Amino acid sequence: MISINEVLETNRMVKAQHLDVRTITMGISLLDCVADSVEETCRRIYNKVIAKAGRLVEVGEEIACETGIPIVNKRVSVTPVSIITAATGGAVEVAKTLDRCAKEIGVDFIGGYSALVQKGMTPYEEEFIKSIPEALACTDRVCSSINVGSTKAGINMDAVRLMGKVIKKAAFLTRDKGSIGCAKLVVFANAVEDNPFMAGAFHGVGEKDVVINVGVSGPGVVKAALEHVKGDLTEVAETIKKVAYKITRVGQFVAEEASRRLGANFGIVDLSLAPTPVMGDSVAHILEEIGLESVGGCGTTACLALLNDAVKKGGIMATSHVGGLSGAFIPVSEDIGMINAAEKGVLKIEKLEAMTAICSVGLDMIAVPGDTTEEVLSGLIADEAAIGVVNNKTTAVRVIPVYGKQSGSVDFGGLLGKAPIMPICNSDCTKFVSRGGRIPAPVWANKN
Amino acid sequence: MKAIVSVVGKDKRGIIARVSGALFEMDVNVEDISQTLMQDYFTMIMMVDLSESKLKFIEISDRLNELGKEIGVEIRIQSEAIFQTMHKI
Repeated sequence: MISINEVLETNRMVKAQHLDVRTITMGISLLDCVADSVEETCRRIYNKVIAKAGRLVEVGEEIACETGIPIVNKRVSVTPVSIITAATGGAVEVAKTLDRCAKEIGVDFIGGYSALVQKGMTPYEEEFIKSIPEALACTDRVCSSINVGSTKAGINMDAVRLMGKVIKKAAFLTRDKGSIGCAKLVVFANAVEDNPFMAGAFHGVGEKDVVINVGVSGPGVVKAALEHVKGDLTEVAETIKKVAYKITRVGQFVAEEASRRLGANFGIVDLSLAPTPVMGDSVAHILEEIGLESVGGCGTTACLALLNDAVKKGGIMATSHVGGLSGAFIPVSEDIGMINAAEKGVLKIEKLEAMTAICSVGLDMIAVPGDTTEEVLSGLIADEAAIGVVNNKTTAVRVIPVYGKQSGSVDFGGLLGKAPIMPICNSDCTKFVSRGGRIPAPVWANKN
Repeated sequence: MKAIVSVVGKDKRGIIARVSGALFEMDVNVEDISQTLMQDYFTMIMMVDLSESKLKFIEISDRLNELGKEIGVEIRIQSEAIFQTMHKI
């Protein structure tokens, strides 16, 4: 029999420490929806997404009711749209169809307006990437991601240069909403095919037809556990591992149940600590609990490395398949501790860049002045991609050059939170970015 | 389906009677009870079997929540599997 203490512990985690399952994401292959015309492709996509994901929200709520553990988001990811529309064009029409599907089935985001161009762009992929700003401006729930580099391929600097332009245009086209288009656009290196988290989720071509991937969370639970730890850093790491195990078990259970009830394949559990902007749900506050006055100060990267590693070690045994991004997330606008540190000027972009070398994922939800040039944005993307490519990990940039604003902050509301506009070094890198071509793969990519 | 009913609140007369009564009315069978007082707080968990009940899980859950409000304690019902998953290797 379960003990009283075990029941109380679980319920305390939920009520006082915001334990939740952050997302159930259904990955749906659109490969069998490709038709001779984009109109027919859209019709097939609509029918398939509704048929497969129509009950996603209902099932998520059912499981949340039965377990007493909230499931915050139910989402859908699809095959990169650039592949689906390669022959017909009309990608924006597909984006509109996906948006309609998302609204009809009641999911807040649908991901996969994506292209994988880590080695090079085909003409249709280049055209697709140029369509991203329009697709983000004319839809509400569609998310986009582009993979511009990998450890095996190096960094496609032509795509990096183009993405600087695309981000600026997306910021302009969604200027009446704080340039929110950029909050739904991720530039990856080493993108993964089974990521359940938005805005970077897409359904890889190596995946089964319909797959359930689950992202767990629970920074508040980790922080609360550390409040009682008086010992050294080994004890800190051990405590995090135990908590991560329990959190991840919840994810495993939810993933198994959701897959069974929806007739989908169990994909992976993403071992992540994903913050939200509410108090008590912050990754930054865990680092501060370990012993920092403020996140962003010296010691931050080391604390984050300890946290990230302990979360993985605790979580790996708890699930049958680990995947996605798996690590602590550090999206600035979605974490109250990060927001405060950035507003105080303690947390700077340069420190965040260092942090991305040892955690998941990258420079995430960072607002910068609206006059930041496209070349500087491309330089920022190239730096971040280099960290990912050389360290054989996923990195990403989700940066918002807020149109018409140089300072202050921009409030997106909800989970996207409030982003303080952070200063960025504007030293010119146009010559570097304009060279184009490909940065060769690092020497240790040659493992065969 | 097996579930755990947990009841937490200030101790008073009749808590067990009223919770058991409500479960009986919903054809929910109580298989095991464990109860203690923690700093004046009444804390009880009941292992129950829902297989004979004709009600949906959410209906049972709503009825127990209502009852909790009437008595002035917090009553939750959750699938037993989630606790097994979290706390047992």
